[in-house]
Amino acid sequence: MTKENIIALDHATLKIGGCAVLKDIGFAIEPGEFIGVLGPNGAGKTTLMRAILGLLPPSAGRLTVFGRVPHCGDAAIGYLPQLRTVLPDLRVRGLDYIASSMHGQRWGLPSLSAPDRSKIETTLDAVGARDLASRALSDMSGGERQRLLLAQALIGEPKLLLLDEPLISLDARHQEVVIDVIRKVCRERKITVLFSAHELNQLLGAIDRVLYLGNGQAVLGRVDDVVTAPVLSRLYATDIEVLRAGGHIFVLSRGRDVERADHMHDYGHEHGHHDHGHQH
Amino acid sequence: MTTATSTAITTTGISTDMFHYEFMTNAFAAAGMVAVVSGVVGYFLVMRGQTFAGHALSHIGFAGATGAGLIGLAPLWGLVGFTLAAGIVMGFLSDRISNRDVAIGVVLALSLGFGLLFLHYYTSFATQATALLFGNVLAVDHAMIATLAALGAITLLALAAIMRPLIFASLQPELAEAKGVSLRFISTAFLAIVAIAVSACAQIVGVLMVFTLMVGPAAAAQRVTTGLWSGLILSAALALTEAWLGIAFAFQTDWPVSFCIAVLSAIGYFGSFAVPRTRTA
Repeated sequence: MTKENIIALDHATLKIGGCAVLKDIGFAIEPGEFIGVLGPNGAGKTTLMRAILGLLPPSAGRLTVFGRVPHCGDAAIGYLPQLRTVLPDLRVRGLDYIASSMHGQRWGLPSLSAPDRSKIETTLDAVGARDLASRALSDMSGGERQRLLLAQALIGEPKLLLLDEPLISLDARHQEVVIDVIRKVCRERKITVLFSAHELNQLLGAIDRVLYLGNGQAVLGRVDDVVTAPVLSRLYATDIEVLRAGGHIFVLSRGRDVERADHMHDYGHEHGHHDHGHQH
Repeated sequence: MTTATSTAITTTGISTDMFHYEFMTNAFAAAGMVAVVSGVVGYFLVMRGQTFAGHALSHIGFAGATGAGLIGLAPLWGLVGFTLAAGIVMGFLSDRISNRDVAIGVVLALSLGFGLLFLHYYTSFATQATALLFGNVLAVDHAMIATLAALGAITLLALAAIMRPLIFASLQPELAEAKGVSLRFISTAFLAIVAIAVSACAQIVGVLMVFTLMVGPAAAAQRVTTGLWSGLILSAALALTEAWLGIAFAFQTDWPVSFCIAVLSAIGYFGSFAVPRTRTA
């Protein structure tokens, strides 16, 4: 690898509450890569992203982002959290919602300068969501909110985008739109992307490599090398069959589609270890 | 008070006679300050979905006020001390306590119980119990106005200091945490601010009815506007209007002030459902 890695893990172990979620993992992600992050529930997709954000230092091994130990609040990282607390009755317009994240860690009264305002409008344009600025959050559909959050994650010209399950609760058509928008914007701006998802097939055309997590391990590589029966059997700790048909890949465990089964009962489960300030 | 109703009805239907009484001007001054503070703080309570925690703080304050009376302190300082301590504890335990309705409800009932116990041992204080529970704005004197002004100023200044991260942490806690905002600090500081606001508010409408000024106007404001500043200003303006109109109606009717404010607060909140939702802000 001649280029400097954006993210590098070397024998890293990530623990939550004394329990190792990812054990002794190592991989390196190069600039501009679009990485699909997959794996069963609780495999550590969110945990890995929190570690990259600097919220969870590895208990062993080394994790570097942009060649440094990650620190909280790095402006070069755009983040779309999996758990997106939106109070159902929150009647705040999109502009104020995004504005809250700009310099949100500073003290004092909130203010929105003209350059900040134009940054918000530009980023909303980039994802084709200009009209959301004036609409209340509670009036938006799931897809619209996702786009708003994506626009927000792109503010400040991040070099790395961490998107934690951006497709959840979207129908197939909106999923495609979101993937297309992300791919287009990130190619143009040469942003490295970690995109976690439940279904591989949606991402096949978009991703450069896949990072598969499971059973405490992580495997990074091209889809054809990683999504294979031996590798996935190891990650799922059970016999896995991989079928390829018509440009789709089906991951089966005893004849059952693993990804779809996961998807059915997922909402809200992987959140157990999350600290957050709202009821939901 | 009823004697005043016979004459001097202005075109707006509100007697101007009432300003001739010092207790009335005091009431307007005190209620005005408290209403603005309540409207502003309440806006964030509603935004954060912590209205019940605010309600509980006032009940905890009741135990503090009666307890202070028992040991010979001014009830207000017992109120402030207890709510402040409870607010800080709730903020610190944040996820575990302050958003759990049942835990809050149990603490709330326990606090009222303690308030009752303190009253039981300090019977001469019993006459003040009604004032504590339901407010007695017409008995406010200059010293109290000065105290309320100080409490209000502290509240607004502290809120101004943390407002930016507070909004960020309220709207997007996960992202705020990732950007280095301490959710625990924000939640603790905010509930401490709420505690002081609740103490001041309880002087006007009583510990049982702080919802009328802290939640009613703020919730109504959030229904009719989607802008941040417009919502804050509308919330404060609604609270002020409801407090002042409530006092005026009470003067006319001789009904309790807190009742009048409660009615106006309810009208304001349910009336906001009739306002067509704004699509553009």
